[in-house]
Amino acid sequence: MIEIGTVLNEHVFSIDRALLKAYADASGDQNLIHQNEEFALSVGLPNVIAHGMLTMALVGKYISDWAGDPANVKEFSARFIKPVIVPAHESVDLTVNATVVEINGDRIKVEITATSAGVKVLGMAKAVVTK
Amino acid sequence: MINPDSVGRTFEGADLITVTQSEIDSFATVIGETKTSVAPPTFSIRISLSQYESILTQPEVGVDWTRLVHGDQKFEIYRPIVAGDTFTCSATIETLRVAAGNEIITVRSDLHNGSELVVSSWSTLVVRG
Repeated sequence: MIEIGTVLNEHVFSIDRALLKAYADASGDQNLIHQNEEFALSVGLPNVIAHGMLTMALVGKYISDWAGDPANVKEFSARFIKPVIVPAHESVDLTVNATVVEINGDRIKVEITATSAGVKVLGMAKAVVTK
Repeated sequence: MINPDSVGRTFEGADLITVTQSEIDSFATVIGETKTSVAPPTFSIRISLSQYESILTQPEVGVDWTRLVHGDQKFEIYRPIVAGDTFTCSATIETLRVAAGNEIITVRSDLHNGSELVVSSWSTLVVRG
């Protein structure tokens, strides 16, 4: 039974430099801040950071899983408020949670939280799915 | 500097982009998605961002792509993207403002397969001053 206030199960994704390279190749976004530590530091970043859109793509997977199929995701939005910092030779977490906030016919709206190393990385993250 | 006269204008991307199953599979693999009969929900950014780069860096718009940060992103998916879709991609500059020396634009991208609007997305792009 899905109702307003229904809490989705938490999921923890793991992000490392290899995933950033794979996303760069799959998405075409080869910006060096996501691959090259020296370059990232030279533009004032603390380290290599994940593509905001990789974070969003992983959250999209979480939402697709809950909705039963990627075809069921109708709307999806998020603000990139803090970068996911990805040091060399390490995996960092992307921890995702969501709650049902609105039901309109067959359309279900969820609000999503996403953190990495305890820091909130997405703001105002929402999706509308059918299920 | 971004040309303020570009606000409200729609620019048509020059390219016709055909989605392949292999592109969908690659994108899905990265996020661990095994259901690949449709594209993952954020797949269209692959098309929109590359079209934005060629459209928005034209002198008549004037976005400096090297100083760009992605502020937020929204998708409305009217139907899922599938392999074989052939898209035109437009970019409409909806808003421009300057805050703390940064230029902030909101751009809407409409992906049409023929006359069918399949995905609209909105990106807030921050050009760091």
